[in-house]
Amino acid sequence: MIVLDNVSKVYDTRQGHRTVLEGINLHIAKGEKLGILGRNGAGKSTLIRLISGAELPTSGRIHRGLSISWPLAFGGAFQGSLSGFDNVRFICRVYNASIEPAVAFVEKFSELGAYLREPVKKYSSGMRARLAFAISMAVEFDCFLIDEIVAVGDSRFHEKCFVELFEKRSDRAMIIVSHSADYIRAHCQHAAVLVAGKLHRFEQVDDAFAFYQSQSM
Amino acid sequence: MREVITRYGRHNIGFLWLFLEPMLFTLGVTTLWTVIGVTHGSTLPITAFAITGYSSILLWRNCSNRAVKAIEPNLALLYHRNVRVFDVFAARLTLEIAGASTSIIVLTVLFTSIGWMNQPADILTAVTGWVLLAWFAFSLSLAVGAASERSEIIERVWHIFTYLMFPLSGAGFMVGWLPKPYQNIILYVPMVNGTEMIRHGYFGSVVRTYENPSYLILFNVILTFIGLALMRETGRRVEPE
Repeated sequence: MIVLDNVSKVYDTRQGHRTVLEGINLHIAKGEKLGILGRNGAGKSTLIRLISGAELPTSGRIHRGLSISWPLAFGGAFQGSLSGFDNVRFICRVYNASIEPAVAFVEKFSELGAYLREPVKKYSSGMRARLAFAISMAVEFDCFLIDEIVAVGDSRFHEKCFVELFEKRSDRAMIIVSHSADYIRAHCQHAAVLVAGKLHRFEQVDDAFAFYQSQSM
Repeated sequence: MREVITRYGRHNIGFLWLFLEPMLFTLGVTTLWTVIGVTHGSTLPITAFAITGYSSILLWRNCSNRAVKAIEPNLALLYHRNVRVFDVFAARLTLEIAGASTSIIVLTVLFTSIGWMNQPADILTAVTGWVLLAWFAFSLSLAVGAASERSEIIERVWHIFTYLMFPLSGAGFMVGWLPKPYQNIILYVPMVNGTEMIRHGYFGSVVRTYENPSYLILFNVILTFIGLALMRETGRRVEPE
């Protein structure tokens, strides 16, 4: 169970304080799949980062009863000057996962071969996305945070990712953030819409979608 | 977090540079000082004088310089909830301190074995002085590192400041060489106390030193407190990627 209790986030910008999220209440049960819709800049990514713990809320409390992944966004979360293998080892240590199976998995899944020994900063964006996805699947979590997944690499790899995440791990909780309603409709039971810093929650994805449409008119 | 530290060990294949660089630095300065005779005709062995002095400077200067703007290149790591701002600094500083320590130990052993300097008279005092100075470097770096995230001015000014502190830090003189009134003033500079104490350990009773360990400890405690508070504050504001 993940509980957000009256969570707010304020950023200091050049134009003064900007409240991005205000009084967010949310709970996610084990195995629940929640989609969060919102337009660009609505605060979706901020919300995901707060849940993951990468950033701290300005006020409110976040209770993490499940093990939660970092925000999976096909990029980021790496040290560019380290090799692919080193990044795998580092992430395993940080999350207390055993290293050998993870390294073997990444090697097999990412299909990057010898490139895994090269520094990540020399990778193409497609290669980086492969590595990122492989690493995030190598460490097991109860809840995955998925930030705006777009097609990764070629369609075959995309298919592979889909199987790995949504079929093999269909028992896990997921929070998926997107501005694409189709994507959320395909993967989530419930949905919420983020408008002007407030979160509106709906039991049915279609209701959320209708609300999202009326808001973005 | 040990994990982060070990990870840094892989950062550079030639991680020998970690202590080779400070060693070469110290060697260069030792040579220079030997040639121009910085000890001003006093009876102190110049090699030991230069090694203790310059190593001390390297300790706090390298640490604080590495701490300035340390977060930015590591922003991606903060994406993971288990990696906090403090870990980033702890990893860098531990490495820096280890490098400087290895450097002074290797140099001491080397020069003692070829007879250019005597064995430290009182190793315990020297080590205590070194540890206190390392503690000072650590807490100073936390404070400076956190401050440099707040304002760019700190980043620019800090390098100037360390340069200006160079002659005042006790590396190039003994407190005993100064006129009495200045001695009391210079002892307010925390690094001077550390350097004096290390030399006390190295030279023993050959020379009179004037360090005040309890002042240095008090200074360290306060500075650590400030450093950690600033760290905490930075951790709240940092935005990964």
